[in-house]
Amino acid sequence: MDAAVPTNETPAFSTARFRDEREADWIAFDALLTRLERRGAKALSSDELLQLPLLYRATLSSLSIARATSLDKALLDHLEALSIRGYFLIYGVRESRLGRLKRFFLHDWPAAVRALWKETLIVALILILGVATSWLLVAHDPEWYFHFIPEELSGGRDPRASVEFLRSTIGHGKAPDGEDGMLHVFATYLFTHNSRVSIMAFALGFAFGVPTMILEFYQGLSLGAMLAVFSGKGLGVEFGGWLFIHGTTELFAATLAGAAGLKIGTAVVFPGARGRLDAAAAAGRTAGKVMVGVIVMLLAAGLLEGFGRQLVTDTLVRYGIGTLMLLFWLGYYYLPRRSALP
Amino acid sequence: MTPARTDARLRAAQARKIREFITPEGIDLELRIASASLRLGALVIDLALIVVALILFTILMLWAGFASRSTIMLSIWMLGGFVLRNFWFIGFELGQRAATPGKRLMGIRVVARDGGRLTADAVVARNLIRELELFLPLTMLSVSAAEDMAGAWTALFGFGWALTLSLFPLFNRDRMRMGDLIAGTWVVMAQRRKLDRDMASGEAAHQVAFSDAELAVYGIFELQELERVLRTADAKQMREVADTIRGKIGRPVAEEDDVFLTSYYRQLKTRLERQLLFGKRREDKYASD
Repeated sequence: MDAAVPTNETPAFSTARFRDEREADWIAFDALLTRLERRGAKALSSDELLQLPLLYRATLSSLSIARATSLDKALLDHLEALSIRGYFLIYGVRESRLGRLKRFFLHDWPAAVRALWKETLIVALILILGVATSWLLVAHDPEWYFHFIPEELSGGRDPRASVEFLRSTIGHGKAPDGEDGMLHVFATYLFTHNSRVSIMAFALGFAFGVPTMILEFYQGLSLGAMLAVFSGKGLGVEFGGWLFIHGTTELFAATLAGAAGLKIGTAVVFPGARGRLDAAAAAGRTAGKVMVGVIVMLLAAGLLEGFGRQLVTDTLVRYGIGTLMLLFWLGYYYLPRRSALP
Repeated sequence: MTPARTDARLRAAQARKIREFITPEGIDLELRIASASLRLGALVIDLALIVVALILFTILMLWAGFASRSTIMLSIWMLGGFVLRNFWFIGFELGQRAATPGKRLMGIRVVARDGGRLTADAVVARNLIRELELFLPLTMLSVSAAEDMAGAWTALFGFGWALTLSLFPLFNRDRMRMGDLIAGTWVVMAQRRKLDRDMASGEAAHQVAFSDAELAVYGIFELQELERVLRTADAKQMREVADTIRGKIGRPVAEEDDVFLTSYYRQLKTRLERQLLFGKRREDKYASD
């Protein structure tokens, strides 16, 4: 610059010099982040791991200096993007996948279920109410049955069916279709279908929990109607066994899914001391953990239903397995234990 | 509307998308909320990838099924489809970059709203709600297509209701879907930017000198537009911009456009950065100098 334009002489601090001095740090930080993103913390040596927070802080400091002094948009954008990337990597996940998994099964999952005990009770009551309603109605007048279960879905299991036919549908006497080779397909179908219904019951929860409760009541209705038909023909105990072997797990899972939905619904309606958004977010996180557990439970239920029920035909053993499963879940969730891992 | 007002309004619109996000070091990262169109683009890419993966998986399972002559492949296929549909999003968002392939391509990612780390339960919660937002309207629509008239109206009503859930992001400032709301998350811009060369350094051979009055006509906005033009280095665009500046400051065409523009850029930048050091930020040419 020449003397004719005195305002343009380079000041003692110049953004070009600032960049020259610091650029090496940014490039090094960028390279470390890229390797960290690709291959995780294993990819870095212990020296590089020690360098990481230093470079991160250097980049953040560069960003605030650049914001105050530089007008180079490309530079500002780069530093901003680099800082954001670095922040989320450095303050992101601190546990290994295995550690997270262990923590989930040992602590987080049962704790989340315990936190929902009120909602679980309410949903269980609604389910039982549904069962009782349709049972009483169908026992009183069998015509009610067709209001609860569409004819095309019942597969002939309705009040007009003979005792022998009903017995055959629950795996006593002659099997209706002896395709043992397809058991796993059946189990898989049951699992995916039930999971979808449960996810729906959960997801509908935010509408103040009302659709969730309706869905659970509806599930209870069809169950009660079936129960009434079978017990009306004197097959109550056998049907109970047919249902019990997987039903304890499946209905428990369905109840928990409903409870998770209800938790979100109630958090939106009654947020308490927190803001509505915060309350919903907190409830959503608890409910999210429960839902992962629900899917695991439904997988177990699908296996029990698809394999266990078709292979085990003795009513007493069926009751035994069902009870054991129920005790296992209850113990896993509600038995007191030492609190959180460090 | 005056150009000054338009500019101010544009800047205000951009500022509305910026959220304060202070790191423990005390720096505001100024996260920008991802726009609804970017989110939609990411979703479409992800769905397309899922469909492609599903087709490949189906072909593989068919081949394996015929080769092994067992029905176990049918189960694996059903399970695989379920896992793909429900855990594509969850699996990728649990990764280091908290983004599905679609989100990565669009340069966006998921973050926890409270500034903490993004937990697995939040990712699960936000993605299970997707079942409701995305697949429920589709189911309603397919039902309405199959049913008779009365049923169709009910289904259409259901579709409309379900659609309000899907369009929820358009009705709040943070572009949150129901899932984001419940999981306590945001989707923000996370583009990578290359560190481009410094336009203000390098050899200054044919420097053109400008007077203070000639430099006083523009502000930061114009400076950064000029920077963009110089970086793109498109001859036609540079000619246009150079002519505009020459017209504005009343200079004849005496030198090459790039030399003229580079010199003007450097001197304007020095001047404005100097003002910045003294605490004065002149946003654009309409602001007082």
